[in-house]
Amino acid sequence: MTNVNLTLNGKAVSADVPDNTLLVSFIRETMALTGTHVGCDTSQCGACVVHVNGESVKSCTMLAVAAEGAEITTIEGIGRAESLHPMQQAFHENHGLQCGFCTPGMVMSAIELVEKNPNPSEQDVREGLEGNICRCTGYHNIVKSVQAGAQKMGE
Amino acid sequence: MPEGSTKDGIGASVRRKEDKRFLTGSGRYTADISRHGQLHVHFIRSDHAHANIKSIRTDAAAKADGVVAIYTGEDVAADGIGGPICGWVVTNRDGSPTNEPPHPILANGSVRYVGDHVVAVIAETLQQARDAAELVEIDYEVLAPVVDLASASEGVQIHENVPNNMYFDFELGDEAAAEAALADAATVVELEVRNNRLVPNAMEPRAAVAEYDPIDEAYTLFTTSQNPHLTRLVIGAFMLSIPESKFRVVAPDVGGGFGSKIYVYPEEAVCTWVSKKLQRPIKWTADRSESFLADAHGRDHINKVRMALDANNRITGLRVDSLANIGSYLSAFSVVTPTILHAPLLSGCYEIPAIYTNVKGMATTTAPVDAYRGAGRPEATYLLERVMDAAARQVGMDPAEFRRMNFIPKDAFPYQTPVALQYDIGDYEAPLDKALEMIDYKGFEARRAEAATRGKYRGIGLSSYIEACGIAPSAVAGALGARVGLYESATVRVDPTGTINVMTGTHSHGQGHDTTFAQIVADKLGVGIDQVQIIHGDSDKTPFGMGSYGSRSLAVGGSAIAKAVDKVIDKARIIAAHLMEAADSDVVFADGKFTVAGTDTEKGFGEIALAAYVPHNYPHDRLEPGLEETAFYDPLNFTYPSGTHIAEVEIDPATGVVRLVDWACCDDFGNLINPMVVEGQVHGGIAQGVGQALMENAAYDENGQLITASYMDYCMPRADDLPDFKVDYTVTACTHNDLGVKGCGEAGAIASPPALINAVINALSPLGVTDMSMPASPEKVWRAINEAGKAQAAE
Repeated sequence: MTNVNLTLNGKAVSADVPDNTLLVSFIRETMALTGTHVGCDTSQCGACVVHVNGESVKSCTMLAVAAEGAEITTIEGIGRAESLHPMQQAFHENHGLQCGFCTPGMVMSAIELVEKNPNPSEQDVREGLEGNICRCTGYHNIVKSVQAGAQKMGE
Repeated sequence: MPEGSTKDGIGASVRRKEDKRFLTGSGRYTADISRHGQLHVHFIRSDHAHANIKSIRTDAAAKADGVVAIYTGEDVAADGIGGPICGWVVTNRDGSPTNEPPHPILANGSVRYVGDHVVAVIAETLQQARDAAELVEIDYEVLAPVVDLASASEGVQIHENVPNNMYFDFELGDEAAAEAALADAATVVELEVRNNRLVPNAMEPRAAVAEYDPIDEAYTLFTTSQNPHLTRLVIGAFMLSIPESKFRVVAPDVGGGFGSKIYVYPEEAVCTWVSKKLQRPIKWTADRSESFLADAHGRDHINKVRMALDANNRITGLRVDSLANIGSYLSAFSVVTPTILHAPLLSGCYEIPAIYTNVKGMATTTAPVDAYRGAGRPEATYLLERVMDAAARQVGMDPAEFRRMNFIPKDAFPYQTPVALQYDIGDYEAPLDKALEMIDYKGFEARRAEAATRGKYRGIGLSSYIEACGIAPSAVAGALGARVGLYESATVRVDPTGTINVMTGTHSHGQGHDTTFAQIVADKLGVGIDQVQIIHGDSDKTPFGMGSYGSRSLAVGGSAIAKAVDKVIDKARIIAAHLMEAADSDVVFADGKFTVAGTDTEKGFGEIALAAYVPHNYPHDRLEPGLEETAFYDPLNFTYPSGTHIAEVEIDPATGVVRLVDWACCDDFGNLINPMVVEGQVHGGIAQGVGQALMENAAYDENGQLITASYMDYCMPRADDLPDFKVDYTVTACTHNDLGVKGCGEAGAIASPPALINAVINALSPLGVTDMSMPASPEKVWRAINEAGKAQAAE
């Protein structure tokens, strides 16, 4: 067991966890924030993407102990139902989600993508989302959502 | 993207009500649910495709930290637990029934595929269960696997009661007529196609949480299901002998299904069984590797096709002989998918006077195969649309014009095909013409020439499809071997304040029912959709329903909702007439108001709702108080969506990579309730079809090991593999449901694979290439180009 201290969605949190606890398990099970999902076991699908110190990270590839002292932001930390983040709003407006399972990771990846490239082309978005698999949408409306979200984030 | 509308009703692209919970991480999927005191189960699965179990030693594992119990097939047998049943069987050509082998929920004596469930290890934590599983020793006597579909009948027998490894031998149509047409044909077109095996891969892996309440002697199962009532019926009545009244099944938010979550699987039954034995909640969540191994796979056919044409190039006959890989056990709809959902679709959009087909369902030591998005209809469409292109090529006709001249004309409906179905309505030329225009078919040769200047082969390919949605009616299905009803249910409960709860027996796992169904109710009652709440997925809350599959939810479930709303309006009209002292027949309902015709006397819907629950001034002699109605709707026929999809590709001869550069489709889904949602369904369906055509392939090696068992080995479309899609519609309204709707969920996945493969062949046809199997991977395409090049050089 190791004591892990980090900032989760702006709040300081602390817990004793087995050393082999993945960051995604720490978030979902220890902290009971279930918006971050697990869709695979090979770090391919991107359903578990969170921001670690502002960078997109697949939280299934990182141990909780390695996040000691880090600032972690999950889907629950970027907007609320009554005040959606512009990217969340753009996904809503452009029908960028269907079953919703990949959506948290997709939105977190999209926000980081736009933070690094505020005005992405369609091809930039398609390449930038390579690490996130969606089985429902065919990506057409996700791409539209991210481009619309980029515009809103720039306003 | 269709324009948004300020109106909430039918035909408006209303933004989805369900989005906010998913966008904020507030969705509630099964794996998100934890119960106080829960234990975790880990399944030890077979490493062998085919083996006898000689012994299982669990003593060391039983002593490991945190282990609470370990169960094997012997415990299952001792408790008299049954296996999942086959939900639909067929009669063989010789009149005998389908061979149905037992399917124990933990293997008893033998294992029959890699991933078969052998031991359940239950511990305080998942890690402890997994660690303890390492200590379980299983001694196997390895048997010969049966992997190859074509030679499965010659392999070692897998089940005692399945001789020649053949579950069923089905036929449909008139063999003599089809053979006569082929004998008399001016042209016979022959083709053999393989419909590649797929893993559905909903992004949410399957999961289950079961708990038992010893006071009420009642179970609750949360599970990743597309149809919780059927799960309750099968596990309760056929497997664990639980009274349905003591068994609640909840399918909360479900992260995609595509068919794979229709069926009852062993894991959820084990969780339910063990929750009582241990008097603790039991949780299981699949990891992706388990999903690959043990979710029901899709497709996997070999089809031999012969088509007869007369001297005018009109189709006169069709014969298809198929082998369908059913896998190791009969999954719930594994038998109906390649038979009843396949053979009747072989007429497609075409007038074909004589059709015959034979389908043999084969056992192999691979994962069970069942319905996957489209279910039988993609396989029928693929072989038909491939042979249509082959025929056009053989007789030197443009593939669009060859299709057009063989279409069932629009004045021929209702049209009786020679393979059982009667199409109620359609117009196949209209979507063909629109799609040709959308992609600028006439300008293609110029684009091909331009691509050639860049060293690329450009190709274009069509697919004109028909599908059959909303399997029905129940009585006909029953005569054909169905063991379930095919109706759908809805309860519309109007509250005293006029808000409305709709309980539907369908299930939404991405299709947007919360919104689409609310639009139907809002439109009919003249209220805003925010007043309408859709409730689904809980057997305690909703009337008995069949869940969602086969693009049935709107055509069948939506029609049930519409009927229940009509009953509400009928009752409310009598209340309104009473309050306004008018005759029922003089009261008109429109825009949420009851009006006495020809006067300005009116009552709002909300006033009537209140009167129904506070019945002081009320027609007690005619009506009971309250405003809640239930309808069960059993359709008269399938619905028949149709359309044309056109793919345009560019191939790089240096790498064999096929780049999808354009896509245009025009579909006829009948009336649209929410065009935005429909368009999303089309996009997703096309993407899955593109996956099948270009990337996806579930491959077993000769030992029966699944060698594509992770996202690193099984390639699925990612954002940069796909273009934007051009989507449009024509409308012929369904004639036998009140909404005039057909179904849109599977069309994209049905139409797209042949369009894409036809485009690849078209691109390579100048080299003499006439065939390409799925997936058209870079290696395969590169080899085809190089072999064609060598052949041309040799000439």
